[in-house]
Amino acid sequence: MRIVLAPLAVTGAAVLGLLAGVGRATLFALSVLSHLLRPPFYLREFASALMTIGYFSLPVVGLTALFTGGALALQIYAGGARFNAEAVVPSIVAIGMVRELGPVLGGLMVAARVASSIAAELGTMKVTEQIDALVTLSTHPLKYLAVPRVLAATLAVPVLVGVGDAIGIFGGYLVGTTRLGFDAATYLRNTVDFLEFWDIGSGLVKGAVFGFIVALMGAWFGMNSARGAQGVGAATKAAVVTASVLILAANYVLTELFFSA
Amino acid sequence: MIALDDVCKAFGANRVLCGVTLSVGRGESLVVIGGSGSGKSVLLKCILGLVPPDSGRIALDGQDVTRLPRDPFLARFGMLFQGGALFDSLRVWENVAFRLLRGPGRRPRAEARAAAIAKLARVGLGAATADLYPAELSGGMQKRVGLARAIAADPEVIFFDEPTTGLDPIMAGVINALIREIVVEMGATAITITHDMASVRAIADRVAMLHDGVIRWQGPVAGMDAASDPFLQQFIHGRAEGPIAALR
Repeated sequence: MRIVLAPLAVTGAAVLGLLAGVGRATLFALSVLSHLLRPPFYLREFASALMTIGYFSLPVVGLTALFTGGALALQIYAGGARFNAEAVVPSIVAIGMVRELGPVLGGLMVAARVASSIAAELGTMKVTEQIDALVTLSTHPLKYLAVPRVLAATLAVPVLVGVGDAIGIFGGYLVGTTRLGFDAATYLRNTVDFLEFWDIGSGLVKGAVFGFIVALMGAWFGMNSARGAQGVGAATKAAVVTASVLILAANYVLTELFFSA
Repeated sequence: MIALDDVCKAFGANRVLCGVTLSVGRGESLVVIGGSGSGKSVLLKCILGLVPPDSGRIALDGQDVTRLPRDPFLARFGMLFQGGALFDSLRVWENVAFRLLRGPGRRPRAEARAAAIAKLARVGLGAATADLYPAELSGGMQKRVGLARAIAADPEVIFFDEPTTGLDPIMAGVINALIREIVVEMGATAITITHDMASVRAIADRVAMLHDGVIRWQGPVAGMDAASDPFLQQFIHGRAEGPIAALR
């Protein structure tokens, strides 16, 4: 009997642990949201987070979008040639970038860059008692550390996605006009004519959700980091992995919500 | 001023505090001694509410600390952390003036900076250090900055967590003397936790020894050497042999 029950007990304990963790993280998210609108507001920390998360992520998001747009143009051209539909390259590149690849790849790159940095910074602050020091200085750590970062990421990532969309389309344009023989004016007209406002809007909404997820996971794992360098390392890894998986899951849910028939 | 009554705290199966009863009067300097891992830091964190006790009562001026409004309660305290716990991302003066730049007692930046430089001067640091980042300072300087931050808002109660750990004997002596001067000058109530006996003799009015989760001995610092408690005697003389197991 014990041989049968032991694995079940281990599985049960793991599931309960996972559910408890999800519950605590959800409460943390609700707490962050509830503090967004309540003073005090740490504007200096918010501005600093906006620069770190938004402005300094531009190169990595821009390069990712540029190469993705170029590769997308090549793929669609090769695929379209099978049924004489090469002309769809500009519109499919544009729609693919703004609806899907721009927000998802941008979100994943920001997850790699920002979730890791927030988790490592806050994790180090925890193990060096800086978070305890904040409390003794009458400062709510969640409000001072998590809220400005989450707000900054939620606002900055859609902007990054918008810029990434434009650069991605430009990547497709470069490849289309220099390698695939498209006329520049025709390429641009086909891009603009077939793109609808909601194509762009849905991608920006996705960006905001992904930004929220990235900063929230960084702050959650950082502030709950275990002791020592190993604890900070584990928190950083968990933040990036969880943020990435949640981005992909949220992307499916949002796509279903926005575009399902 | 601060009274702990039968305070208990366990982390899982590890019972750290098992009925600590201790008090410290206004303007008194109490030093809590005990081996590494004996729960000294947990004791301070319980008083501040950073770690909630499992049972027992902690009172400040007769009022249960769990029922006091949090911000005004914390505004009465300053704390020097063991590793300094300075905020890496802020300059030295912003660390010292942290409380002055935020919250209800917020002051203009120029005024807060001037107040921070005055506190830095009080702990023997020149204005040139004000614009440095903590990572650019030596261990002794970081302790001084931590001390300046702890006293920046003129608190009524100051906690010192292992103030001389990691310092050479001369710098430790300087920090001990500075702590004693500042506590006397401000008329503050102080609780210091340490296992450095030089600190104990320099800082304490009264000493309490924490061992096995309870206060094993307490009394005036002058009576420490003559006390008959074998645990205390082993600790203050640093003997490997005695009732306290060397391997814990």
